[in-house]
Amino acid sequence: MSIAGRLATVVVAFLVAVALVVAAVAAFLTPGTPGGVVNFTNAQAAGQPVNLTVQTVGSIGTGPHPTWVSYLVKDPQGKWIHDTTWELPAHTLVHMTVYQYDSGSPLRNQEWGQVQGTIGGTATLNGKTYSQYDSYTGNGVGHTFAIPTLGLSVPLIGVSPNATNVCGVAPCHFNLPHNVITFSFMTPSAGNYPWQCFVPCGLGYLYGNGGPMSTQNYMGGFLDVVAQ
Amino acid sequence: MMSEQNTMPKDSNHLRRILVLTLVLSVAADLLYWFLVGPHVPPGRMTSTASDNQWDFNILMVIALPVLIGVWVFLGYTIATWSSKRANVAEPKGGAEARSNMKAQAYWIVITTVVVLFLAGFGTFELIKGDGSGGGEGPNPVWEPVGAAQAETAALSSSASWAPGKVLVVQVIAQQWKFTYRYPQFGGFESQELILPDNTTVAFNVTSLDVIHSFWAYQLEVKADANPQQNNVAFTTTKQLGNFTVRCSELCGIWHGAMFDYGKVETQGNFSTWASTTETANAANTADLPAFAWTYVPDANGAAGGYYPDGTVTPYSSVEIYGAKQAAS
Repeated sequence: MSIAGRLATVVVAFLVAVALVVAAVAAFLTPGTPGGVVNFTNAQAAGQPVNLTVQTVGSIGTGPHPTWVSYLVKDPQGKWIHDTTWELPAHTLVHMTVYQYDSGSPLRNQEWGQVQGTIGGTATLNGKTYSQYDSYTGNGVGHTFAIPTLGLSVPLIGVSPNATNVCGVAPCHFNLPHNVITFSFMTPSAGNYPWQCFVPCGLGYLYGNGGPMSTQNYMGGFLDVVAQ
Repeated sequence: MMSEQNTMPKDSNHLRRILVLTLVLSVAADLLYWFLVGPHVPPGRMTSTASDNQWDFNILMVIALPVLIGVWVFLGYTIATWSSKRANVAEPKGGAEARSNMKAQAYWIVITTVVVLFLAGFGTFELIKGDGSGGGEGPNPVWEPVGAAQAETAALSSSASWAPGKVLVVQVIAQQWKFTYRYPQFGGFESQELILPDNTTVAFNVTSLDVIHSFWAYQLEVKADANPQQNNVAFTTTKQLGNFTVRCSELCGIWHGAMFDYGKVETQGNFSTWASTTETANAANTADLPAFAWTYVPDANGAAGGYYPDGTVTPYSSVEIYGAKQAAS
């Protein structure tokens, strides 16, 4: 092979190696398929509270991981969307409603059994106010909605393990067994605030924190808070 | 040729000039660094360990600066004095003649030996003094501050209490992806907040409920790995009021970058008020927590269960039995 040919081979091999490294780094930095952004900034007049409605489902039923647990959010047009990044106005009251369709269990750390960071330090479970829930009693806790950087954490009580006709595929219909949890909180100043679940609900993965717990757009996301 | 060599100073003059120049510049640089830069070197002086760290860094810097300046002065002097572009400069001598300069060799060996031996001794001393990481910290502390062993042993008792002057025991519990903190001397409540009293020795007991994390309170100069079923002990004494940042410094999963929070060193009075208030406010939840223990064993099946005290790790005690995997009495 000529010198030019050898040189070309080396250059091509080098470029391929660089491309593989870049692809590997990019894949590492973007696990899963990030969803889109559901915009709530224009759903109401400036300064007015935002109504944020989500549902937790035991299996999303669609996409690359149909058996994974996940959240759905109702967009301002009333449609259930599988996106976990929500754009919200800064310094605004958010009234959050969670339709909890998943079953529960004892918390790994009962610290997350407390309602923290909400307005009044409370939430409601099917209309009844609570500030703390012993996950070793009743139906246990299915998930938690937590924004660690804001100190917000709400245990989402599970549905009865004896319930029949449990929702299997999202979006779940209101006729199926579920709990309704409501609470309110104030958005902070502009910025990205990750939220997550503190129940290791990635069944089948090490310590339950793999799979849906470690992939964007399943059991975690961002509050994309923007100035208005 | 003779006239050229006569215009040059003797070798000893060269060396004297280099040494004097190095000495003057080094003293100036060290003084400027010590008084203008040193007090601002991170991590600051919020705790005893932070102060020690700043002191160590500044000492090393004061020693390193003359070495750096000596090299630069030598290079600069060489370029200025023996540049081939200058007239009346003899060709530098190499080979055997250069190697035979005993004075240069002696200076080199003596200075580098003294510097390296001093740094080795200084580093070793600093590592172990003040219950440092060279022996006073970790799963099996060899040295501990006065009163630490008693406080840690008492922490397992439900009647454990804290008062100013006593060692404060704080348990750091890492989990994906948040640190929480238990205060066994205040009923064992758990909190997302890390508040510490001023002028108090703190014994951090760091563990994890899942994967390996690392508790890094930067301004406190406390860093300890959080390993599941291990109790990693680190000590410090608070010296200043203020805020500090806690970060996880072990890549622990998707939200590792968000695993941080902010702590605060308060006056002892404010701390006591906060701790007592939180103990009362969290009483219902504290009752649902597992009994205080140095480590906890989570259910590896994920969502199938909570955590419970690990009975295989003995209570903090003397080094002979601590961590010996004996059943707790």
